[in-house]
Amino acid sequence: MAGELEIAGLEISYGKTEAVCGINISVPAGNTVCLIGANGAGKTSTMRAISGLLKPRAGRIVLDGADITGMAPHLVAARGLLQVPEGRQIFAELTVAENLALGAWLVDDAAEIARRRDGVLQRFPRLRERLGQLAGLMSGGEQQMLALGRALMGEPKLLLLDEPSMGLAPLFVDEIFAIIETLKREGTTILLVEQNASAALEVADFAYVLENGRIVLEGPAAEVAGDPKVIAAYLGG
Amino acid sequence: MLAQQLVNGVLLGATYSLFALGFTLMFGVLRVINLTYGFYFSAGAFVALWLTKQMGLGIWLALPLGAVAAGVVAVAIDWLLLTRLRWRPTAELDSLMVTLGGVLALYSVMTAWLGPDIRRLPPGLISADALVWGGLRVTMAQLLILGATIVLVSALLALMRFTRLGLAIRAMAEKPDAAGLMGINTARTSALVSFLSGCLAGAGGVLIGLNFNAIQPYMGESMMLRGFVVIIVGGLGDIRGALIAGLALGVIEVLTAGYVASGLKEAVSFAILVAVLWTRPQGLFGRAVVRRA
Repeated sequence: MAGELEIAGLEISYGKTEAVCGINISVPAGNTVCLIGANGAGKTSTMRAISGLLKPRAGRIVLDGADITGMAPHLVAARGLLQVPEGRQIFAELTVAENLALGAWLVDDAAEIARRRDGVLQRFPRLRERLGQLAGLMSGGEQQMLALGRALMGEPKLLLLDEPSMGLAPLFVDEIFAIIETLKREGTTILLVEQNASAALEVADFAYVLENGRIVLEGPAAEVAGDPKVIAAYLGG
Repeated sequence: MLAQQLVNGVLLGATYSLFALGFTLMFGVLRVINLTYGFYFSAGAFVALWLTKQMGLGIWLALPLGAVAAGVVAVAIDWLLLTRLRWRPTAELDSLMVTLGGVLALYSVMTAWLGPDIRRLPPGLISADALVWGGLRVTMAQLLILGATIVLVSALLALMRFTRLGLAIRAMAEKPDAAGLMGINTARTSALVSFLSGCLAGAGGVLIGLNFNAIQPYMGESMMLRGFVVIIVGGLGDIRGALIAGLALGVIEVLTAGYVASGLKEAVSFAILVAVLWTRPQGLFGRAVVRRA
């Protein structure tokens, strides 16, 4: 099993504004770890720094023992760390089939790509009917399925999910979390960022609570879910 | 008379399309307005001039080599001027100013080196024969322009539609960050796009040089103004729009010169530009692209 991630002393700033102020996060191989927090707490900045989309001011990001801090996104992806970014970021003007092909960009073997595509279409049967359609014409829920399917085409060692349930109808939210549950059972290492804290804490093994760029609480997900402050602030208690 | 004007206009327009295609590709993918683009046009023409005059090559070799040389120049200049700006939040305005300064410097160095005079391609480079059909005359140079444009445009469209590189370019044009997350080397793809754009500009330069048999350093500058008209009328980043708008501009220019006044053809082009910006800023054929969050 692989996909172990260690983040130490991560600092991110935009000009003079500090978005993330020295956080440590550890994602053991095969685990699902969630990062919860309010809007603007620094969750997405952290995700973008991990996948190489922005350069942190300080700190170290280590994937399976290799330092990937500040590495270009395509090199991070080549190491098996794949991200489903916030807002899905599917290619709206390309077809569903082209989006999936891009998910397997780093795979050269056509037979292997076909095998993975079959797997993804089995997981998301809805996408099969839409293969030739422009991705932007699908509903939000279908687009999220596509974003997940696209990432799975790369068979990630570590899957980063940034707000996978954002803006989705409740039915789709349940479906997304059911898929995350399945991926977890299959042994994929997952780092999940969510505003829907109750669903995230249910699926995760371990949880971090991020507030104003600082980790204010961490622990096994069940314990974090029982914390009175978390209940009051994030679980609508 | 009118039919002849239309033929001349379409053939002139074909070179405008070719030139504007590279410009719109560069803008669509790299998202910067690169004003040095016109320089690649001049560079292609001068390389072809040198190859034909000094090296004695035929136009069949000078055209592709001039195009490729312009592509290499484009990659080098893009790397030199724009790499440092790409990550800045103000990249769009900064790149406009940097490339404006850059292109003026490039033209003046070129003029100091090669002189401001109009150069001619060697006589007999292309047969002076013409096809005559009814009252219509089409010269060999015009046929070459037509053939080269059809080949280059089809090659570009096929590349975009059917190849792995084309898929990467289309993905990057829409969402560069997401393309990087897929494992696409966006820096390398950008360089390839610069190269392709430079090739198209360079080919346009050779063909225009051949059409008017006049080559001089600032020829890219007046072409650049037409390039703006074409990509704005056709829609920024819209390949098909650039093709149609380029042909239309060629026809309009020739008809204005033939039936109104030769001195007014540029005035008409820019009146169209302003009218389009007022009424349809997304371009004549542009659909309003729906961007979802």
